Amino acid sequence: MGSYILRRVLYAIPIALGVTIICFSLIYIGPTDPIQAVVPDDATAEDIERIRIAYGFDKPIPVQYLMWLGRAVTGEFGNSLQSNRPVIEDLLPAIGNTFRIAIVAMFLSATVAFVLGSIAAFNHGRWLDRIVTAFAVAGVSIPHFWLAIVMVIVFSVELGALPAMGMGPDGSSSWQLDWTHVKHMILPVIALSVIPMATIMRTTRGAVLEILGQEFVQTLRAKGLAGRRILLHIVKNAAPTVLAVTGLQIGQLLGGSILIETVFSWPGTGRLLNEAIFKRDLPTLQATILLLAMFFVTLNLVVDVVQTWVDPRIKRG
Amino acid sequence: MSDTPRTRVQGTQGRSVLLDVRGLRKHFPIRGGILNRVIGTVQAVDNVSFAVREGETLGIVGESGCGKSTTARLLMHLIEPDDGTITFDGRVVDKRDRAALRDMRRVLQMVFQDSYSSLNPRLPIEETIAFAPWVHGIPKREARDRAHRLLGAVGLEPATFARRYPHELSGGQRQRVNIARALALEPRVVVLDEPVSALDKSVEAQVLNLLVDLKDAFRLTYVFISHDLNVVQYVSDRVLVMYLGKVVEVGPVDQIYANPRHPYTRALLASRPSMNPRQRTTEAPLTGDPPNPINPPSGCRFRTRCAFAEGVCSTAEPRLAASDAVGGGLDAHMVACHMLAPDSGHSKTVLASNTA
Amino acid sequence: MANGTAGTSRFVDVTGTQVPVGGARAQGYWASVWKRLRRDPVSLACAAILLLIFLAAIFAPLIAPHDPYRTSVRFRLAPFGSPDRVLGGDELGRDMLSRLIYGGRISLLMGLLPVVMATLIGGSLGIIAGFIGGKTNMLIMRVMDVFYAFPSVLLAIAISGALGAGLRNGLIALTLVHIPPIARVSESVTTQVRSFDFVEAARASGAKAVTLIRVHVLGNVLGPILIYASTKISLSIIIAAGLSFLGLGVSPPEADWGLMLATLRQSIYVNPYVAALPGAMIFITSMCFNMLSDGLRSAMDVRL
Repeated sequence: MGSYILRRVLYAIPIALGVTIICFSLIYIGPTDPIQAVVPDDATAEDIERIRIAYGFDKPIPVQYLMWLGRAVTGEFGNSLQSNRPVIEDLLPAIGNTFRIAIVAMFLSATVAFVLGSIAAFNHGRWLDRIVTAFAVAGVSIPHFWLAIVMVIVFSVELGALPAMGMGPDGSSSWQLDWTHVKHMILPVIALSVIPMATIMRTTRGAVLEILGQEFVQTLRAKGLAGRRILLHIVKNAAPTVLAVTGLQIGQLLGGSILIETVFSWPGTGRLLNEAIFKRDLPTLQATILLLAMFFVTLNLVVDVVQTWVDPRIKRG
Repeated sequence: MSDTPRTRVQGTQGRSVLLDVRGLRKHFPIRGGILNRVIGTVQAVDNVSFAVREGETLGIVGESGCGKSTTARLLMHLIEPDDGTITFDGRVVDKRDRAALRDMRRVLQMVFQDSYSSLNPRLPIEETIAFAPWVHGIPKREARDRAHRLLGAVGLEPATFARRYPHELSGGQRQRVNIARALALEPRVVVLDEPVSALDKSVEAQVLNLLVDLKDAFRLTYVFISHDLNVVQYVSDRVLVMYLGKVVEVGPVDQIYANPRHPYTRALLASRPSMNPRQRTTEAPLTGDPPNPINPPSGCRFRTRCAFAEGVCSTAEPRLAASDAVGGGLDAHMVACHMLAPDSGHSKTVLASNTA
Repeated sequence: MANGTAGTSRFVDVTGTQVPVGGARAQGYWASVWKRLRRDPVSLACAAILLLIFLAAIFAPLIAPHDPYRTSVRFRLAPFGSPDRVLGGDELGRDMLSRLIYGGRISLLMGLLPVVMATLIGGSLGIIAGFIGGKTNMLIMRVMDVFYAFPSVLLAIAISGALGAGLRNGLIALTLVHIPPIARVSESVTTQVRSFDFVEAARASGAKAVTLIRVHVLGNVLGPILIYASTKISLSIIIAAGLSFLGLGVSPPEADWGLMLATLRQSIYVNPYVAALPGAMIFITSMCFNMLSDGLRSAMDVRL
């Protein structure tokens, strides 16, 4: 198993490099000259010349890539075209804000999905199962940014119960743990949870159903020995599968948060990306995508390793 | 010696050698470790030589994993050997010689063991049979007509079966389709890889008889691979016994079955259930599984399971040599065992000549 | 001859072997899939709804009661059931019903075309990788893995964000998003099919690789690949709408569900229900595609 883990880690390296290549190429595939893409519109000729030399735009592409990679590793992504500050200064707080809702959404969806998915499996074919299944289908089909808007309509516009915008009162961008701030989190978290919840629910239901179909579980149930022992067995055996799907959903959730943050004006990476797109601020776009993608690569790695460790059935050598 | 008439063998004596295999070797690398490096090799087929005469049936017998199926795939050039030559009708078949390979593929065909996975589930069986002729330039319609004739030849009424899909057929019927497919290019040699192993006993007999009939009708030469000693005895003119990728004994069927010389062959034959319940076997039965082919035993590969193993068996590899009973030539009874080589240094070399 | 049915005596004359159509109970794979699908009411209902949406989009100029681009101050954010504005008016007073009908054109195009393109490209790559194996497989699949390392929405936004807004760029970005997963599935089913003896048998007859793939591999991998691709349509529609919502799709005043949702977002305080309509269309369409592909999956779930 140790050798598998090591191999998995080594395998992640070329993938991570590939990801950096794609991110690097983002400023080259656009319609504008790459140098125009990274300097502000009002840049002087000297500015442009300085950047040309600093970024190595006069050198061959592979050299430019290596120079870019070297800067990226040290967190140097150039200046944002919107704020003219270093991109990393805008990016770090945004990442923190995104993770704040993403992590809560993850726990919420994983817990609810595991419970509901298991309930559905235990009631296989009955109305409870049908409701959960229908909910799962709806959950993966719904445009979650639209759901976010509908929730704003219901809870903010009609009921006036929850705030529709921002991270705190009066558009404050600092965060603290109190009710007024938590209230701002509720709608974004729910909107973010829907897709992962539906996906994990489906997976849990399938995994639990499979375990319930095992002969010895059926024997135990037939003898009326349902209860703790079976439950423990099910949790132990369904956990690795559910864990794997949950891990992958975190990444998808981060992608999805771009739209949700736009709807709620949540000052995270999503809103940062949205503004970057709107203003064609490619340095910000590139850095944000790179960091999120790298996080996803690492996450995949961790999920694989943890799954190997948790799941006794996987013997990879 | 056995007094059964050896008509089949005599019938093929003097005919020319159609397929000549020399020093065939195929090792499969085992990858593993952190960088997926080669950490070992499975010596699936190691220095195997034999010849097949036109019109005869050569039976290849051995336990699973002894390299029978690899040999079949090597003969078919479905995999390329690491070493060794295959000469067909006097012509060496080389994978670089595309034309020769294509010619060879026409005259050398194969029937696979698993009748289910060897038929395309999405094609009606007539299309499966007609595929090979069509590939070789015969118009679709003609190829289909040929498929219908062959279906008739293997005992499947074309009107009923031609448009059926594999899942609508029984195991025996599917194997008949497989046979028809192999015959579609009018081959001279058919390699049969465990053709009846997956079938019920009653169906097995029918298919075996069909194979014997077809051989006469189409003037075929068979290489018949099986782990079933009775089946091999029934169809073969000569028999080749393999163990862990090596040939341990080869000879005319009657001699092999009446007078096995290699301890492995003897053990194999002794482990057959006897038709006579009162007859007990006295030979040491074959126990355990064959050793791991990744690291086969040194010297004689059978020594770990052999009752007569001695020091020399682990140091020197026995050569396949004519036993003293019959002289050289294709009908020679050849054995690879130190006990039969007078100068090997094995203490029981005398015993061998006594039992002969 | 122990076996009475075999032997040369049964060589049947060519002319006598015409297959009677009713005599054989052979039934093609796709025919049986269709038969099963026909008995599934949910799938049929979804197919009917989708057909309706498609027909409406195709024949939009004939069906739409109004010009979807004509603005009107009078009907600005008009509620449901207003005279001349059955489903209300948008923020510029344009007829919502007409815009929803027209909007299906771009929304469906952006949902479907990338999946079709990705199935062609990703499917071919996967089949080639799976059939050839070895280093070719390594090369193709590792490149796919790199693209797969991005969450799908993120990749779509990254590419179309860099390329700039517009229909064509959106289509390219969405296609790139779908290629890796489809290639992966194609590769794995092809590798599986290639290991079957019937491919070996066909190879033993001397057929070229292209012929082998066409006759023996394609028929067996197409089903699973298409099922998988069909599950991607719903996702594609949602991501496409998301791109438009972010302003990365078509530009105003074009009618597109995602874009309409974005431009109406400011109006939720005035007329929330009209503002929510385009999203409802996306939801219905994506839900129908999802359930239809579920139905298709179970209808095609017959052992190889």
